[in-house]
Amino acid sequence: MKSHTEDDVRRVLTRRGRWGFSEIAFWLVAVATLVFMPDRHLILNEIAIIALFALSLDLILGYAGIVSLGHAAFFGLGAYVAGILAQQGIGNPLIGLAAAALAAAILGLATSFLVLRGSDLTKLMVALGVALILGEVANRMAWLTGGADGLQGVNVSPLLGLFEFDMFGTTAYAYSLTVLFVLFVLARRVMASPYGLSLRSIRDNPLRARAIGIPVNRRLVVIYTLAAAYAGSAGALLAQTIQFVSLDVLAFHRSADVMLVLVIGGAGYLYGGIIGAVVFKILQDYLSDLTPQYWLFWIGLILVLLVLMDRERMVSKARTLWKRTANRLTHRAEPLATTRTAREI
Amino acid sequence: MAPVLETRGLVKRFGGLTATNDVSFRLERGGRHALIGPNGAGKTTFINLLTGVLTPTSGQILLEGKDVTHSRAELRVRRGLARTFQINQLFPAMTPLETIGLAVSERMGGGRDWWRVTGSKREIVDEIVDIARRFHLMDILDERTSNLAYGKQRLLEIAVAFASRPKVLLLDEPAAGVPEAERHELLATVAALPRDVSVLLIEHDMDLVFSFADRISVLVNGALFTEGTVEEVSNDPKVKAVYLGESVYE
Repeated sequence: MKSHTEDDVRRVLTRRGRWGFSEIAFWLVAVATLVFMPDRHLILNEIAIIALFALSLDLILGYAGIVSLGHAAFFGLGAYVAGILAQQGIGNPLIGLAAAALAAAILGLATSFLVLRGSDLTKLMVALGVALILGEVANRMAWLTGGADGLQGVNVSPLLGLFEFDMFGTTAYAYSLTVLFVLFVLARRVMASPYGLSLRSIRDNPLRARAIGIPVNRRLVVIYTLAAAYAGSAGALLAQTIQFVSLDVLAFHRSADVMLVLVIGGAGYLYGGIIGAVVFKILQDYLSDLTPQYWLFWIGLILVLLVLMDRERMVSKARTLWKRTANRLTHRAEPLATTRTAREI
Repeated sequence: MAPVLETRGLVKRFGGLTATNDVSFRLERGGRHALIGPNGAGKTTFINLLTGVLTPTSGQILLEGKDVTHSRAELRVRRGLARTFQINQLFPAMTPLETIGLAVSERMGGGRDWWRVTGSKREIVDEIVDIARRFHLMDILDERTSNLAYGKQRLLEIAVAFASRPKVLLLDEPAAGVPEAERHELLATVAALPRDVSVLLIEHDMDLVFSFADRISVLVNGALFTEGTVEEVSNDPKVKAVYLGESVYE
């Protein structure tokens, strides 16, 4: 049997904080699309925004176990804040982004005390209720939001005063991708910290987490607020890059779609939202080309299959296979004498 | 010197049922105290009152002389009261390394640390290794907890509680369900717990009670029936009548 020294232990424990080759490659590919796929920037921009929105849901669903069907509340609020600011002459996109994130965070903090009460079903329903209320408020306050006609006259200034938002979506995509990357790095760092570990422990077993001395509710309030800020940022990106906001940003289907994206990509490892967004958008694009009216049928079918096939098991199988191949290629010794490693679900 | 843990006239009623009936109990510093009693005697309720899962109807709980009767559960942990569970309460998807690391960094205030990567602090790593050695978990540190042998899970259950450096450790049937082959390692580990940790052991297994404890309290129908040294209690005819029966002389 092999015994571990302190250094081994540290290496394994800090593993989560290190960037792997595949991760770096992933982001290099994302940057490459900026250069090599110029005619696809509009849809790529949408993907980046959905990815950020799904990342936000992953923070609470995948890491803290909070199921929400009302996440569009924060997305929509962010979109309206950024949109209205730009309409009122404060066109600097970064200021709009920050204001949207802040407003969504405040709403998140305020509603967290409601949402974190009670069972999973209560959480789900309260979050849904908050989103519905917000949607109706936006509808009634037509003088501010444009109501059902949507918010007209959103004028966003050039990014950093240099890059005009063009009709091909190149600036938009570069902007969204950068924001996604920065917020992703932040989320990644937070989840690799002791705080992130405590969230996973709460998701796995709140009873024990409390018995270790973790103030469970306070930790959940913090992550809920952070997730709200992320969703608000995603909403702001949408408002700024398409320069229009409609009631649709608060609609129920947005909350449902983002859940779908996370189910497709997998919750609890941060990349799930991004991969899910890519797959979802490409599927949507392809299927709605194929059958414009019935594409949701196929999405539904894929969803059912995904859930039934137990993706976790498939992924871990693929991983073992990949590790074995990689080991054979490089003759690398396993870092620790173990047979199985914990999956981050 | 004041006892490290004390209850004064502790009462808990659920409707018409009195689950804990006027229990005044003292755990001495460094003590090895066993709490026994037949099924339904109220042992679990008593533990839940001590740890803050339940609030008593009346009475007081003092930890190191300070009143914690109405403190939140997590605050009591930080004041030095940790427990294990009769049925494992672990984090199935995490490794023992992460689990112990979590408990250690929580104790050091690391749970609010959201920027540093877990394990980048030297003192945390050193302590994890220390605890893992003490609880014989070194070889399986990076396994998924749900894949561990039951005996190892039981050890981890105690290790996690121990990682919060308790002054008082409540062990709720630590050996329950552990197969014979893994039992010795577990009992030896429990026996080797350092003396600066006072232990309250809730147990059915009389062998374990007699080999481990220096004092025994007997709980019957929610009330303290008797208390004394192992000698006194095992020779008490009343105790034999209500609880031990013939098993003492088996």
